[in-house]
Amino acid sequence: MSQAVWPAVLGRFDWQALPFVRAWDNPTASEIVGAAAASMVVIGALFTIAIVTRYGKWKYLWSEWLTSLDHKKIGIMYVVLAFVMLTRALIEGVLMRMQQADAINSPGFIAPDHFAQLFSTHGSIMIFFMAMPFLTGLINYVAPLQIGARDVAFPLLNSISLWLTGGAAGLMMASLVIGRFSTGGWSGYPPYTELAFSPDVGPDYWIWAVTLGSIGSTLTGLNFATTIYKMRAPGMHLMRMPLFVWTALCTSILMIFAMPPLTVATALLALDRYLGFHFFTNDLGGNMMNYANLFWLFGHPEVYILILPAFGIYSEVVSTFSSKELYGYTSLTIATMAIAVLSFTVWVHHFFTMGQDADINAVFGIATMTIAVPTGVKIYDWIWTMFRGQVRFTVPMLYSLAFMMTFVIGGCTGIMLAMPPLDFLVHNTLFLVAHFHNMLIPGLLYGMLAGYHYWFPKAFGFRLNERWGRIAFGSWVTGFYLAFMPLYVLGASGMARRTQEVFETAFRPWLYIAGLGALVLLFALAALFVQLWVSIRARDDNRVTAGDPWDGRGLEWSTSAPPPEYNFAIIPHVHDRDPFYNAKRTGDPYARPAHYEDIEMPKNSMTGPVIGIVGAVTAFGLVWHIWWLAAFGIAAIVGTVIARSFARDVHRIIPAAEVERTETGWLRAVSDATSIPREIETTSVNRGLAKVAA
Amino acid sequence: MSTSELRHIGLNLGATDAATHRQAGNDVFGFWVFLMSDAVIFALLFATYGVMLSATAGGPTPAAEYKIGPAFVETLLLLTSSFTFGMASVAMKQGTGRRQLLGWMAVTLMFGAAFLGMELHDFATMFGDGAYPTRSGFLSAFFALVPLHGLHVFFGGIWIIVMMLQVLVFGLDARVKINILRLGLFWHFLDIVWIAIFSVVYLQGLIR
Repeated sequence: MSQAVWPAVLGRFDWQALPFVRAWDNPTASEIVGAAAASMVVIGALFTIAIVTRYGKWKYLWSEWLTSLDHKKIGIMYVVLAFVMLTRALIEGVLMRMQQADAINSPGFIAPDHFAQLFSTHGSIMIFFMAMPFLTGLINYVAPLQIGARDVAFPLLNSISLWLTGGAAGLMMASLVIGRFSTGGWSGYPPYTELAFSPDVGPDYWIWAVTLGSIGSTLTGLNFATTIYKMRAPGMHLMRMPLFVWTALCTSILMIFAMPPLTVATALLALDRYLGFHFFTNDLGGNMMNYANLFWLFGHPEVYILILPAFGIYSEVVSTFSSKELYGYTSLTIATMAIAVLSFTVWVHHFFTMGQDADINAVFGIATMTIAVPTGVKIYDWIWTMFRGQVRFTVPMLYSLAFMMTFVIGGCTGIMLAMPPLDFLVHNTLFLVAHFHNMLIPGLLYGMLAGYHYWFPKAFGFRLNERWGRIAFGSWVTGFYLAFMPLYVLGASGMARRTQEVFETAFRPWLYIAGLGALVLLFALAALFVQLWVSIRARDDNRVTAGDPWDGRGLEWSTSAPPPEYNFAIIPHVHDRDPFYNAKRTGDPYARPAHYEDIEMPKNSMTGPVIGIVGAVTAFGLVWHIWWLAAFGIAAIVGTVIARSFARDVHRIIPAAEVERTETGWLRAVSDATSIPREIETTSVNRGLAKVAA
Repeated sequence: MSTSELRHIGLNLGATDAATHRQAGNDVFGFWVFLMSDAVIFALLFATYGVMLSATAGGPTPAAEYKIGPAFVETLLLLTSSFTFGMASVAMKQGTGRRQLLGWMAVTLMFGAAFLGMELHDFATMFGDGAYPTRSGFLSAFFALVPLHGLHVFFGGIWIIVMMLQVLVFGLDARVKINILRLGLFWHFLDIVWIAIFSVVYLQGLIR
């Protein structure tokens, strides 16, 4: 009896799926590391629940945050998610560096299968659940403010995107506690990830986590393309948009066109694994090259989905902290668009070695090198922006400068890899690993951190601690060079990527340096958390309520810090680029309007949390073959969508009197603040009012 | 043409309901964008089908399995349903009464159901011949592409039912109107995809 019942209820779950049980049965270092990671997830979750319960904050959390449709709160939640996932994936990276440093002519402390799970989760998380949420969060927070809009085009869809991403990240966390993750790398290449070679739950976790996340990203792209095309304030012509909005637009377009190939790739792989189709199998006509093409049709534009928003942030930061108009605005927008288009023409360079014609490789190699041109244009534009400007070396500016130098090095190795003959030599070695970390750490992470430091005062009303910011910056840069420059040497010497054990003692010093670098990077992350802690404690000394701590240029600085829910009491009219910067010099941007009006905003909705959580539960059911759970989940999602379409009371009115109260409070803070010159903007004198020479 | 005449053109709300017409701008634009990303999915499945066409692995071939007769009737059913949905949109735009709108939507639903019924019958015939998706790469590609379109028609049908209910419950308020506009785009989009399926899959399959 029970023989038939348990599989129907629990699918293919058994006790060995729990890492605690595995570690108990077989207490090797590798299993204990796995069990420790699982307990960190469990303890972290319990701790969070306990804290929220202890302070009685469930209602606050639910009604002010989790169900909120406010683009600013959704943006903040995305960034929080990104930091949580960054912590996990960075620790995994450090573990891999430690293992390789340890495993020179010895098995090391991480078993091969466990090591393969580590590089698969590290890559998947860093791309899908660190980088994507981070940039989506910043776009969410900043883009509507910069275009002078009160909200995004589809606020509910925004919440659904957030929760699909969150649900998918939850699934990644579940894979640490129940079962195991894929060993097929972040790209999940079949036929290895097919049933014949990976019959376990690992690839299924990967498939469904990535699928949920990619659907969330497609919807985000749709939402922001519509928002930026349709909801700009009067006078905010396309060629007056801040560069960050331009990059957000290009990234959104890329998401609309590039995420579907990923969804198709994972869905077809799922059909193979679940229903016995033959898309990518070795037998009966399957062809894994289709997967390589589909995956990289997504994978290459994805690189620019990640990097373009960072380019936008650097443009804002460099211009603001040089107190100069952005040099070459037009060329920067053209370069951004050119990169977005070219990103669809180079995907084959990810598999030069997989057997196509040399002529095809040549075409894609040349297309790849072409991308260096618009990127080079951008670098020069940023340099010229600084030229003869009043440059201040604040934390965001330091990240920008480190980016410019480091990214150029990575770009040069990219040009090398774009040559197919050279690529054949270093393909699948650590040279490639060094290259893409050299692109993505400065080209994404530094950018996101620059944006985080730059806009944090706007979002929370106080500045981040400058000293700890510099310590973190120094560690991120030092750690990066120590951890990844040796990998170029190792890769050029022929060390394969994803190697669990090393048999060449000459690699030892380089692996030690790389290991040291990984530890420095871990310290850098810790320094960021210390900075946050220190800054929150000293928040009253660093308030910038007036809202303009850096003598900002765009409309986002023309509101209080943090901005009111409705962003702008009066929708601004734009007459030029850098509208707020110019308004400060030619008029009075803090003038009180004649009267205020009622403002209509969307009401909170639990649709997003329901769809995200039920989506993750459905995916969990599919992973473990718990069919009743999956069927229930799909029905619940369809039911929720239909039920929501019958909801009519979805708006609420903020009365003019309340708007007036809020605005008066802010204007009082403005008139109480002393305007300060740029030299002392990082001291606590800065209350968010800039001194301007008329 | 004058501006007011221009606003009468097409299946928008134009001059008959200017307020909702303006409001519909963002929503309908967003839905176009969604359809574009959906079109990318179909485009990739078409490409996959094209690559796998010859991967029959000694199993059933396109020429042996495709029945052009039923496929042609299905085409007529779906194209006619697009016409009847167009009539529903006109009824909504001109405000000629709820009954006409509901009537045309019900007719559309029937055509959609008939299409699905015939398509399922086709699949059952193929299954009867041993042409399962698990048999070969070619059949895998066929059964990913064509039934995905069928699934879209199925959910389009559910959407029609939901919108008919909403017309009964809410009357023609702005949200109902905008959603019917979007449903219309979706339904016509499925027609375009089907024309591609008919040409690329069924007609090409006849070439022996």
